[in-house]
Amino acid sequence: MAHVYTWIWRHLPGGTASRALQSLLLALIVGALLLFVVFPWVEPMLPFTDVTVDQ
Amino acid sequence: MGSAVQTGWPASSGPVRYGRPRRQRGDLARTVARGIGQTLVTAGLVVLLFVVYQLWVTDLLTAQRQGELSDELAEQWGDPTVAAPGGTFLGGPIDVAIGDPFAVLHVPRLGEDWSRVVVEGTGTQELEEGPGHYVDTAMPGEQGNLSIAGHRVGRGSPFLDLDQMRPGDPIVVETAEGWFTYRVLGDPATGEFADPSGIPGQHIVSPAEVAVIAPTPNAAPGTPPTGAYLTLTTCHPKYSAQQRLIIHAELADAQSRADAPDGPAALRAD
Repeated sequence: MAHVYTWIWRHLPGGTASRALQSLLLALIVGALLLFVVFPWVEPMLPFTDVTVDQ
Repeated sequence: MGSAVQTGWPASSGPVRYGRPRRQRGDLARTVARGIGQTLVTAGLVVLLFVVYQLWVTDLLTAQRQGELSDELAEQWGDPTVAAPGGTFLGGPIDVAIGDPFAVLHVPRLGEDWSRVVVEGTGTQELEEGPGHYVDTAMPGEQGNLSIAGHRVGRGSPFLDLDQMRPGDPIVVETAEGWFTYRVLGDPATGEFADPSGIPGQHIVSPAEVAVIAPTPNAAPGTPPTGAYLTLTTCHPKYSAQQRLIIHAELADAQSRADAPDGPAALRAD
Protein backbone atom coordinates (compact mmCIF):
# COMPACT_ATOMS: atom_id res chain seq x y z
CA MET A 1 0.00 0.00 0.00
CA ALA A 2 2.86 2.21 0.80
CA HIS A 3 3.60 4.16 -2.32
CA VAL A 4 1.08 2.63 -4.60
CA TYR A 5 -0.04 5.95 -6.11
CA THR A 6 3.53 6.92 -6.96
CA TRP A 7 4.11 3.49 -8.39
CA ILE A 8 0.99 3.62 -10.57
CA TRP A 9 1.79 7.11 -11.81
CA ARG A 10 5.27 6.03 -12.77
CA HIS A 11 4.08 2.98 -14.68
CA LEU A 12 1.36 4.72 -16.68
CA PRO A 13 2.50 5.44 -20.22
CA GLY A 14 2.36 8.83 -21.90
CA GLY A 15 2.73 12.40 -20.75
CA THR A 16 1.20 14.18 -17.79
CA ALA A 17 -2.19 14.77 -19.43
CA SER A 18 -2.49 11.18 -20.58
CA ARG A 19 -1.46 9.89 -17.17
CA ALA A 20 -3.96 12.15 -15.43
CA LEU A 21 -6.73 10.88 -17.67
CA GLN A 22 -5.77 7.25 -17.05
CA SER A 23 -5.59 7.88 -13.30
CA LEU A 24 -9.09 9.32 -13.36
CA LEU A 25 -10.32 6.29 -15.29
CA LEU A 26 -8.70 3.94 -12.78
CA ALA A 27 -10.28 5.84 -9.89
CA LEU A 28 -13.71 5.58 -11.53
CA ILE A 29 -13.30 1.84 -12.09
CA VAL A 30 -12.30 1.28 -8.47
CA GLY A 31 -15.21 3.48 -7.31
CA ALA A 32 -17.73 1.54 -9.39
CA LEU A 33 -16.34 -1.77 -8.11
CA LEU A 34 -16.74 -0.58 -4.53
CA LEU A 35 -20.26 0.81 -5.07
CA PHE A 36 -21.75 -2.05 -7.01
CA VAL A 37 -19.81 -5.12 -5.88
CA VAL A 38 -17.99 -4.65 -2.60
CA PHE A 39 -20.48 -2.51 -0.66
CA PRO A 40 -23.59 -4.56 -1.49
CA TRP A 41 -21.66 -7.58 -0.27
CA VAL A 42 -20.48 -5.94 2.94
CA GLU A 43 -23.75 -4.19 3.77
CA PRO A 44 -25.73 -7.12 5.22
CA MET A 45 -22.97 -7.67 7.78
CA LEU A 46 -23.38 -4.17 9.20
CA PRO A 47 -25.67 -3.55 12.14
CA PHE A 48 -27.85 -0.66 10.94
CA THR A 49 -29.60 -2.74 8.32
CA ASP A 50 -31.39 -4.76 11.03
CA VAL A 51 -34.96 -3.56 11.22
CA THR A 52 -36.90 -6.67 12.15
CA VAL A 53 -37.66 -8.26 15.46
CA ASP A 54 -36.14 -11.72 15.59
CA GLN A 55 -38.50 -14.45 14.58
CA MET B 1 6.46 14.94 -6.97
CA GLY B 2 9.92 14.51 -8.54
CA SER B 3 11.94 15.00 -5.40
CA ALA B 4 9.48 12.86 -3.45
CA VAL B 5 10.08 10.02 -5.85
CA GLN B 6 13.83 10.30 -5.44
CA THR B 7 13.82 10.24 -1.67
CA GLY B 8 11.27 7.46 -1.55
CA TRP B 9 13.11 5.14 -3.87
CA PRO B 10 15.81 2.75 -2.64
CA ALA B 11 19.29 3.97 -3.37
CA SER B 12 20.54 2.67 -6.68
CA SER B 13 23.97 1.20 -7.10
CA GLY B 14 24.78 3.68 -9.89
CA PRO B 15 26.65 6.91 -9.51
CA VAL B 16 24.91 9.63 -7.53
CA ARG B 17 23.69 12.34 -9.90
CA TYR B 18 23.62 16.10 -9.43
CA GLY B 19 24.72 16.06 -5.85
CA ARG B 20 21.80 14.08 -4.48
CA PRO B 21 22.28 13.76 -0.72
CA ARG B 22 23.17 10.38 0.65
CA ARG B 23 20.31 8.39 2.13
CA GLN B 24 19.90 9.11 5.78
CA ARG B 25 17.86 7.61 8.56
CA GLY B 26 15.34 10.43 8.19
CA ASP B 27 14.50 9.18 4.69
CA LEU B 28 13.28 5.85 6.01
CA ALA B 29 11.09 7.54 8.58
CA ARG B 30 9.65 9.79 5.88
CA THR B 31 8.98 6.84 3.61
CA VAL B 32 7.15 4.97 6.32
CA ALA B 33 5.17 8.05 7.37
CA ARG B 34 4.15 8.72 3.80
CA GLY B 35 3.09 5.10 3.34
CA ILE B 36 0.92 5.24 6.45
CA GLY B 37 -0.47 8.60 5.31
CA GLN B 38 -1.48 7.29 1.90
CA THR B 39 -3.06 4.23 3.45
CA LEU B 40 -5.12 6.31 5.87
CA VAL B 41 -6.23 8.74 3.17
CA THR B 42 -7.28 5.79 1.01
CA ALA B 43 -9.21 4.21 3.88
CA GLY B 44 -10.89 7.55 4.56
CA LEU B 45 -11.99 7.89 0.94
CA VAL B 46 -13.39 4.35 0.94
CA VAL B 47 -15.41 5.06 4.09
CA LEU B 48 -16.71 8.33 2.61
CA LEU B 49 -17.71 6.51 -0.54
CA PHE B 50 -19.55 3.97 1.61
CA VAL B 51 -21.54 6.77 3.23
CA VAL B 52 -22.45 8.02 -0.24
CA TYR B 53 -23.48 4.49 -1.15
CA GLN B 54 -25.57 3.98 1.97
CA LEU B 55 -27.35 7.33 1.86
CA TRP B 56 -27.85 7.83 -1.88
CA VAL B 57 -26.94 4.90 -4.10
CA THR B 58 -29.13 2.39 -2.23
CA ASP B 59 -31.97 4.92 -2.47
CA LEU B 60 -31.62 5.01 -6.25
CA LEU B 61 -31.55 1.22 -6.52
CA THR B 62 -34.59 0.85 -4.27
CA ALA B 63 -36.52 3.65 -5.99
CA GLN B 64 -35.98 1.90 -9.30
CA ARG B 65 -37.14 -1.43 -7.85
CA GLN B 66 -40.18 0.20 -6.23
CA GLY B 67 -41.15 1.62 -9.63
CA GLU B 68 -40.97 -1.86 -11.16
CA LEU B 69 -42.98 -3.39 -8.30
CA SER B 70 -45.58 -0.65 -8.62
CA ASP B 71 -45.98 -1.40 -12.34
CA GLU B 72 -46.19 -5.10 -11.56
CA LEU B 73 -49.01 -4.51 -9.07
CA ALA B 74 -50.88 -2.16 -11.39
CA GLU B 75 -50.74 -4.82 -14.08
CA GLN B 76 -52.00 -7.56 -11.75
CA TRP B 77 -54.72 -5.43 -10.28
CA GLY B 78 -55.86 -4.22 -13.68
CA ASP B 79 -56.11 -7.71 -15.13
CA PRO B 80 -59.18 -9.62 -13.89
CA THR B 81 -57.91 -12.91 -15.36
CA VAL B 82 -54.90 -12.93 -13.05
CA ALA B 83 -55.64 -14.08 -9.52
CA ALA B 84 -54.48 -11.13 -7.51
CA PRO B 85 -52.27 -11.80 -4.52
CA GLY B 86 -53.51 -9.85 -1.56
CA GLY B 87 -56.62 -11.85 -2.19
CA THR B 88 -60.05 -11.79 -0.77
CA PHE B 89 -61.56 -8.66 0.62
CA LEU B 90 -61.66 -8.74 4.42
CA GLY B 91 -59.08 -11.38 4.88
CA GLY B 92 -58.81 -15.11 4.58
CA PRO B 93 -55.82 -17.32 4.10
CA ILE B 94 -53.81 -16.00 1.20
CA ASP B 95 -50.51 -17.23 -0.12
CA VAL B 96 -48.11 -14.67 -1.48
CA ALA B 97 -44.70 -15.96 -2.56
CA ILE B 98 -41.66 -14.53 -0.78
CA GLY B 99 -40.49 -11.38 -2.56
CA ASP B 100 -43.79 -10.76 -4.37
CA PRO B 101 -45.51 -7.39 -4.00
CA PHE B 102 -49.08 -7.53 -2.73
CA ALA B 103 -50.05 -4.18 -1.20
CA VAL B 104 -49.25 -0.49 -1.17
CA LEU B 105 -48.70 1.33 2.11
CA HIS B 106 -49.82 4.98 2.28
CA VAL B 107 -48.77 7.08 5.28
CA PRO B 108 -49.62 10.81 4.96
CA ARG B 109 -47.61 11.65 8.12
CA LEU B 110 -44.40 10.48 6.44
CA GLY B 111 -44.88 12.84 3.52
CA GLU B 112 -47.42 14.08 1.02
CA ASP B 113 -48.29 11.18 -1.32
CA TRP B 114 -45.94 8.92 0.67
CA SER B 115 -46.45 5.39 -0.57
CA ARG B 116 -44.39 2.21 -0.77
CA VAL B 117 -45.05 -1.18 -2.30
CA VAL B 118 -44.95 -3.89 0.36
CA VAL B 119 -43.36 -7.22 -0.49
CA GLU B 120 -43.81 -10.57 1.25
CA GLY B 121 -40.98 -11.52 3.61
CA THR B 122 -38.49 -9.68 5.80
CA GLY B 123 -35.18 -11.12 4.58
CA THR B 124 -32.34 -8.88 3.49
CA GLN B 125 -33.31 -9.21 -0.17
CA GLU B 126 -36.97 -8.38 0.39
CA LEU B 127 -36.19 -5.34 2.52
CA GLU B 128 -33.87 -4.03 -0.19
CA GLU B 129 -36.93 -3.70 -2.40
CA GLY B 130 -39.26 -2.07 0.08
CA PRO B 131 -41.07 -2.58 3.39
CA GLY B 132 -41.52 -6.31 4.01
CA HIS B 133 -44.45 -8.21 5.46
CA TYR B 134 -43.59 -10.64 8.25
CA VAL B 135 -44.47 -14.10 6.93
CA ASP B 136 -47.40 -15.72 8.79
CA THR B 137 -48.69 -12.46 10.25
CA ALA B 138 -52.17 -11.26 9.26
CA MET B 139 -52.96 -9.97 5.77
CA PRO B 140 -54.62 -6.58 5.22
CA GLY B 141 -58.00 -6.34 6.91
CA GLU B 142 -57.62 -9.72 8.59
CA GLN B 143 -58.07 -10.34 12.31
CA GLY B 144 -54.59 -10.48 13.84
CA ASN B 145 -51.51 -8.36 13.38
CA LEU B 146 -50.44 -7.22 9.92
CA SER B 147 -46.73 -6.66 10.62
CA ILE B 148 -44.35 -4.81 8.33
CA ALA B 149 -40.62 -4.07 8.70
CA GLY B 150 -38.80 -1.30 6.84
CA HIS B 151 -35.42 0.38 6.72
CA ARG B 152 -34.84 3.51 8.77
CA VAL B 153 -31.72 4.66 6.89
CA GLY B 154 -30.73 3.64 3.38
CA ARG B 155 -32.66 1.63 0.80
CA GLY B 156 -34.99 4.58 0.28
CA SER B 157 -35.23 5.11 4.07
CA PRO B 158 -38.96 4.30 4.06
CA PHE B 159 -39.35 4.50 7.85
CA LEU B 160 -36.86 7.31 8.53
CA ASP B 161 -39.51 9.52 10.16
CA LEU B 162 -41.53 6.79 11.82
CA ASP B 163 -40.88 8.50 15.18
CA GLN B 164 -43.07 11.38 13.92
CA MET B 165 -46.22 9.24 13.91
CA ARG B 166 -48.91 10.50 16.30
CA PRO B 167 -51.98 8.81 17.83
CA GLY B 168 -54.85 8.71 15.35
CA ASP B 169 -52.59 9.06 12.29
CA PRO B 170 -53.94 7.02 9.38
CA ILE B 171 -51.91 4.18 7.86
CA VAL B 172 -53.69 3.03 4.72
CA VAL B 173 -53.02 -0.36 3.15
CA GLU B 174 -54.16 -0.62 -0.46
CA THR B 175 -54.73 -4.09 -1.90
CA ALA B 176 -56.11 -5.49 -5.14
CA GLU B 177 -59.61 -5.12 -3.85
CA GLY B 178 -59.77 -2.24 -1.46
CA TRP B 179 -58.46 0.16 1.14
CA PHE B 180 -57.80 -0.63 4.78
CA THR B 181 -57.40 2.37 7.02
CA TYR B 182 -55.59 1.69 10.29
CA ARG B 183 -55.14 4.40 12.91
CA VAL B 184 -52.20 4.67 15.31
CA LEU B 185 -53.33 3.72 18.82
CA GLY B 186 -53.30 6.21 21.67
CA ASP B 187 -55.21 9.37 22.46
CA PRO B 188 -55.25 11.86 19.56
CA ALA B 189 -56.44 14.61 21.92
CA THR B 190 -53.48 14.44 24.30
CA GLY B 191 -50.93 12.82 21.99
CA GLU B 192 -50.34 10.08 24.55
CA PHE B 193 -49.52 6.71 23.03
CA ALA B 194 -51.08 4.83 25.94
CA ASP B 195 -54.32 3.23 24.78
CA PRO B 196 -57.31 1.80 26.65
CA SER B 197 -56.71 -1.50 24.81
CA GLY B 198 -53.39 -1.79 26.63
CA ILE B 199 -51.53 -1.69 23.31
CA PRO B 200 -49.43 1.47 22.98
CA GLY B 201 -49.38 3.38 19.70
CA GLN B 202 -45.61 3.61 19.85
CA HIS B 203 -42.89 2.00 21.89
CA ILE B 204 -39.22 1.17 21.73
CA VAL B 205 -38.21 -2.40 22.45
CA SER B 206 -35.25 -4.73 22.30
CA PRO B 207 -34.70 -6.58 19.01
CA ALA B 208 -35.67 -9.83 20.74
CA GLU B 209 -39.18 -8.58 21.57
CA VAL B 210 -41.11 -10.79 19.12
CA ALA B 211 -44.37 -10.26 21.03
CA VAL B 212 -44.84 -6.96 19.17
CA ILE B 213 -45.85 -8.93 16.07
CA ALA B 214 -48.01 -11.46 17.96
CA PRO B 215 -51.64 -11.74 16.72
CA THR B 216 -52.60 -9.44 19.56
CA PRO B 217 -49.56 -7.15 19.94
CA ASN B 218 -47.57 -7.73 23.11
CA ALA B 219 -49.86 -10.57 24.25
CA ALA B 220 -48.61 -13.95 25.37
CA PRO B 221 -47.86 -16.41 22.54
CA GLY B 222 -50.90 -18.39 21.48
CA THR B 223 -53.39 -15.72 22.52
CA PRO B 224 -56.03 -15.43 19.80
CA PRO B 225 -56.33 -12.03 18.10
CA THR B 226 -58.60 -9.49 19.77
CA GLY B 227 -58.86 -7.29 16.67
CA ALA B 228 -57.30 -6.31 13.35
CA TYR B 229 -54.01 -4.62 14.08
CA LEU B 230 -51.10 -3.27 12.07
CA THR B 231 -47.54 -3.09 13.37
CA LEU B 232 -44.57 -1.32 11.80
CA THR B 233 -41.01 -2.12 12.93
CA THR B 234 -37.76 -0.34 12.16
CA CYS B 235 -34.41 0.20 13.83
CA HIS B 236 -33.81 2.71 16.58
CA PRO B 237 -32.10 5.05 17.08
CA LYS B 238 -31.24 6.08 13.54
CA TYR B 239 -28.00 4.53 12.23
CA SER B 240 -28.14 1.96 15.00
CA ALA B 241 -29.55 -1.49 15.56
CA GLN B 242 -29.62 -1.47 19.34
CA GLN B 243 -33.38 -1.23 19.62
CA ARG B 244 -36.54 -1.33 17.53
CA LEU B 245 -39.07 1.44 17.07
CA ILE B 246 -42.55 -0.06 16.99
CA ILE B 247 -45.82 1.53 15.84
CA HIS B 248 -49.13 -0.20 16.56
CA ALA B 249 -52.37 0.74 14.82
CA GLU B 250 -55.87 -0.72 14.71
CA LEU B 251 -58.21 -1.14 11.74
CA ALA B 252 -60.68 1.72 11.64
CA ASP B 253 -62.20 1.42 8.19
CA ALA B 254 -62.28 -0.94 5.20
CA GLN B 255 -63.68 -0.02 1.81
CA SER B 256 -63.77 -1.88 -1.49
CA ARG B 257 -62.49 -0.19 -4.64
CA ALA B 258 -66.07 0.06 -5.87
CA ASP B 259 -67.05 1.98 -2.73
CA ALA B 260 -64.03 4.27 -2.81
CA PRO B 261 -62.64 4.57 -6.35
CA ASP B 262 -60.60 7.65 -5.35
CA GLY B 263 -59.26 6.13 -2.18
CA PRO B 264 -60.39 6.45 1.42
CA ALA B 265 -61.20 9.74 3.14
CA ALA B 266 -58.02 9.48 5.21
CA LEU B 267 -55.94 9.99 2.07
CA ARG B 268 -58.15 12.56 0.38
CA ALA B 269 -58.39 14.85 3.42
CA ASP B 270 -54.71 15.80 3.28
